[in-house]
Amino acid sequence: MYSQLVDTGAKGKPSREGMSPEEAAFQDRIDQDITVEPRDWMPEQYRKTLIRQISQHAHSEIVGMLPEGNWISRAPSLRRKLILLAKVQDEAGHGLYLYSAAETLGVDRQELLDALHSGKAKYSSIFNYPTLTWADIGAIGWLVDGAAIMNQIPLCRCSYGPYARAMVRICKEESFHQRQGYEIMLELCRGTEEQKRMAQDALNRWWWPSLMMFGPPDGESVHTQQSMAWKIKRHTNDELRQRFIDQTVPQAHYLGLTLPDPELRYDEESGHWQIGEIDWSEFWRVIQGDGPCNRERLGARVRAYEEGAWVREAARVHAEKQAARRAA
Amino acid sequence: MAVTGGAAMSDASKQFEYLLRLGDNALVLGQRLSAWVGHAPVLEEEMATANVALDLIGQAKSWLDLAGQVEGEGRDADWLAYHRDAWDYRNALLVEQPNGDYAMTIMRQFLFDAFHLPLLEQLAASGDERVRDIAAKSVKEVRYHLRRSSEWVIRLGDGTEESHRRTQAALDELWRFTGELMAADAVDQAMVEQGLGADLEPVADAWRQRVDQVLEAATLERPGEQWMQQGGKQGRHSEHLGYILAEMQFLPRAYPDARW
Repeated sequence: MYSQLVDTGAKGKPSREGMSPEEAAFQDRIDQDITVEPRDWMPEQYRKTLIRQISQHAHSEIVGMLPEGNWISRAPSLRRKLILLAKVQDEAGHGLYLYSAAETLGVDRQELLDALHSGKAKYSSIFNYPTLTWADIGAIGWLVDGAAIMNQIPLCRCSYGPYARAMVRICKEESFHQRQGYEIMLELCRGTEEQKRMAQDALNRWWWPSLMMFGPPDGESVHTQQSMAWKIKRHTNDELRQRFIDQTVPQAHYLGLTLPDPELRYDEESGHWQIGEIDWSEFWRVIQGDGPCNRERLGARVRAYEEGAWVREAARVHAEKQAARRAA
Repeated sequence: MAVTGGAAMSDASKQFEYLLRLGDNALVLGQRLSAWVGHAPVLEEEMATANVALDLIGQAKSWLDLAGQVEGEGRDADWLAYHRDAWDYRNALLVEQPNGDYAMTIMRQFLFDAFHLPLLEQLAASGDERVRDIAAKSVKEVRYHLRRSSEWVIRLGDGTEESHRRTQAALDELWRFTGELMAADAVDQAMVEQGLGADLEPVADAWRQRVDQVLEAATLERPGEQWMQQGGKQGRHSEHLGYILAEMQFLPRAYPDARW
């Protein structure tokens, strides 16, 4: 998931005319679906775009641990607690592979974390919403991981090898998470009146933010064409969003839930579900820092980092002492 | 119930008590540890902490399911985890102590792991097949827990002046809860006699040896003789446990008719 607004340094469709011979040769290789590896020459903007995208993705995994982590202590059975704990642990693992993939482009994890903590780097807007009931854990698995998979499956064929390979691993785990989320929803929807109410309330709150995860509409997504030319991105935001809607609406109906969109209708002609207007002002507000939990999420990450400084320092100093002892 | 209690219980209820102790230690410590997830000092520690918590909660589930079977009243691990109040919990006081800073969490873990491993090693040779199976699986996990927590105690003790100070403070704070782990009562004795449980004397020897060795490598000072707090194993807890359970048990308590 989880990269919504990646600046490529270029707006609109790239043209071959302005390319240097190196850039043209690079584009030829991309066009032939030859994977780019860390030692290969690449345009500076391609490298920067990937760093932005991969690090946004990594940050999203790490920040994304917080809303779900909020329910580990209150999971309603030992089995659910184990599943949730393992899921959040997987997210930490995804963060690790993604930071490693970014490091192959010549940045280190520290720089990327500094950019997150200072507010300069972004993470997915979805994690700035609160998890208020247990049903939110189901809804996140079902909708948020579902949207993430929709975004990420094409990234398994991304032109940059280390990112594509990280995504293959991540996608396998994400699809497992999505099934677990849906299973939570199913259990709730087959349960008591209160549980059904919980499930409906979670869907009401998570539906629109999940649709916003795919990023702004194609007309406003100025970097999409360059990213697609580089095969960092394989489909437009609106294409992926529509696939997600078409997949998810019947799942909601199967649960017996109502989507919070009075304009939602099935279009026989196109074979697609059509939604009402997305409130893009909410999207921009959350991206810019005024979502319900932006301050809490970033605050928690910064606090963990600052309070952990002495631990990291101790580990570093101990390792140095050990090395000195071995040398002596 | 007195500290030496358990004398008047039937064999089955002593087994039940004993299995609750094993399960509750793992559950309460796993619950405590999982609160670090998302807040650990470094990403690799997010993974490691979650890993240990997962192992412990998995072990708790196995022990509590077995406790329910032995009891024979149809209660399973979830029932026992979510519907007992603090006085019916049988974990040691050590594992319910607050997370504090990372030194406190690591020290609590180390002091427990150094007990947990030799305990499980004996239980892996228990005369009861069911106990043997759970212990044999758990021992592999706990061997790693002890290796990890020992390394961290050494790293933090030997690291910087600040980390040394914090780690010594954690050791001084938690030491009073270590005696209980290895103080055998009538339940422990009965389990040894039945060939089901572990003899705590060799466990205590292994614990002391390990603790001395790690504290020395960590340049930490072993606290002097002092009063050892007891009672958790018999259901007399610190004030902390009630809050842990209030949070953990919230959903099944608030929605008693629901299945999750």
